[in-house]
Amino acid sequence: MGRYFLKRLLQGGGVIIGVTVLVFVVTRLVGDPVKVMLPLEATAEQRAEFEKQLGLDRPIHVQFVDFMGGLTRLDFGDSLWQRRPAMRIVFEKLPLTLELAFMGIGLAFFLSIPLGIIAALRPGGASDRSTVFLSLIGLSVPQFWLGLLLIVVFAVQLGWLPTSGVDTPAHLIMPTITMALPALARLVMIVRSSMIDELNQQYVRTCFAKGISFYRVVGVHALRNAALPVVTLCGWELIRAVAGYSVVVETVFAWPGLGLTAIQAIEREDLILLQAIVFTVAVLVVLINILMDVAYKAIDPRLKLA
Amino acid sequence: MKSLLDELWRDKAGSTGIVMVVALILMAAAAPLIAPYSPTTQDLRARLAPPVWEDNGSWKHILGTDHLGRDVLSRVIHGSRVSLTVGAAVVLIAGTFGVILGLVAGYRGGRTDSFIMRWIDTQVAFPGLLIALIILAVIGPSMLTVVLVLSLNGWMVYGRLTRGAVLSVRQTAYVEAAEMVGCSSVRVVFRHILPNLTSPLLTLAILEFARIVLAEAALSFLGMGIQPPATSWGLDVATGKNYMFRAWWLVTFPGVAISITVLAVNLVASWMRLISDPQEREKQFARQMRALRKKHAPQGLQETPSL
Repeated sequence: MGRYFLKRLLQGGGVIIGVTVLVFVVTRLVGDPVKVMLPLEATAEQRAEFEKQLGLDRPIHVQFVDFMGGLTRLDFGDSLWQRRPAMRIVFEKLPLTLELAFMGIGLAFFLSIPLGIIAALRPGGASDRSTVFLSLIGLSVPQFWLGLLLIVVFAVQLGWLPTSGVDTPAHLIMPTITMALPALARLVMIVRSSMIDELNQQYVRTCFAKGISFYRVVGVHALRNAALPVVTLCGWELIRAVAGYSVVVETVFAWPGLGLTAIQAIEREDLILLQAIVFTVAVLVVLINILMDVAYKAIDPRLKLA
Repeated sequence: MKSLLDELWRDKAGSTGIVMVVALILMAAAAPLIAPYSPTTQDLRARLAPPVWEDNGSWKHILGTDHLGRDVLSRVIHGSRVSLTVGAAVVLIAGTFGVILGLVAGYRGGRTDSFIMRWIDTQVAFPGLLIALIILAVIGPSMLTVVLVLSLNGWMVYGRLTRGAVLSVRQTAYVEAAEMVGCSSVRVVFRHILPNLTSPLLTLAILEFARIVLAEAALSFLGMGIQPPATSWGLDVATGKNYMFRAWWLVTFPGVAISITVLAVNLVASWMRLISDPQEREKQFARQMRALRKKHAPQGLQETPSL
């Protein structure tokens, strides 16, 4: 057990180092950061000045050692756009992104279980077919477009909800729904198919034969066994939400989390802030992966982790 | 082949999906012939014209015009070209790379296998969209770079699937026989192992196609994908966003186009999975039998509890 987690931690470290090295290579070698970050009309002297200021005039291996050294102290340098430490900006924005991701995936999780079970009770029935069809539609609608439609209907036409911002709980409603929909569609499908499998097992029949109530058989015995793939997918959805969806959803609703900050950093060509954001997101992804392993073990004690 | 078509006809969702996909491909191929205008022709006197059925709408611009007076219908028709091209190119590049690495890993085994699998595990845990955005910001967004970046992010699924399937086929008698007879490893892999993987790989490729169409739209929406003056549905939604409160049609129609395309592809994929996965087939068969039995059994004499 302990050995397994050590292995996973090492693997996670590999991911984080891989991401940072890739970002380093892309920003320093493939592209020319000075060219990206300075306006076209800058003079040669300004360029040299800027290079010196960022330490880009030194040989690449010195830069790399310096970069990795800064990494161990969580120091990426000052954001070019806001002129203050990039990590401080990241830590300010991180809670907002986590809030949105957990709300969205949490909503998807709690809705998917009853919907998936109802569909699984009568495979091929009317409720099953409509659930599957609606899930397919949910998978096919682009997330950014769904967000815009919600804004047009509920903020512009009906005026019930604010379009963007973070001030009140009402501001959370539309971003959460937008975040939840694709995850909900995938989760419903997986709850449905793994419940169908479980309900066809012999032990379910035995439970019914013993006279255990319908709700207990379905909601406790079968659901517990069907939970493992659902938890796996939930972890993946959380990772997708933090590492991908947040960029899109936060841009649509002007939700000032890490995703929107990443887009702003790209627009302002602030590669330093961008590096800090990507590093943080990579760490989050690794952490969620490890938490998922712990959750597996708690759900299914038979599982041998190797 | 005939029985396959029969089966397709019986699955209404699957056949609708296929018909829609074929129609989309035809539309993309014949875009300049069908579209009433060129997607870039501006008509500044008819800016932000609403669709026909609205007040002030006219048959000149059936789905209205954007802020430069460009015909929305023509742009939607031309946009299909970008989505389908990017989707097909990425599936082809990422698929080829992933399948080759998966074949090598599964067939060679040992150190090669563990190296490739560790590579895949590491890259799967990367925050793909953010890295794509950085790469695009540094090397400059265009259709070519979007294809490259999405391929770079998407080959791992093919690698995993292929390797797993190779491992399960490797031990079979016919592969051993082929090796015994002295077939070269290239021949064994391409002639005896790869054909077994056709249907799961095809299903995966179709699912990935749907995912890529959405990813391209999202990148273009974020301004890091297809650049103007080229057309893309995602890009059109992004420009329409600025006129959202005055001209709802600018955001709506390109979004509907994306949704319909992805839905059609998803319908085809789920049908493919139903017919190609033996486990699914078995379940379907069992379901049909149960339905038959229910029909013929007298009331109250059902074998299974009413689940």
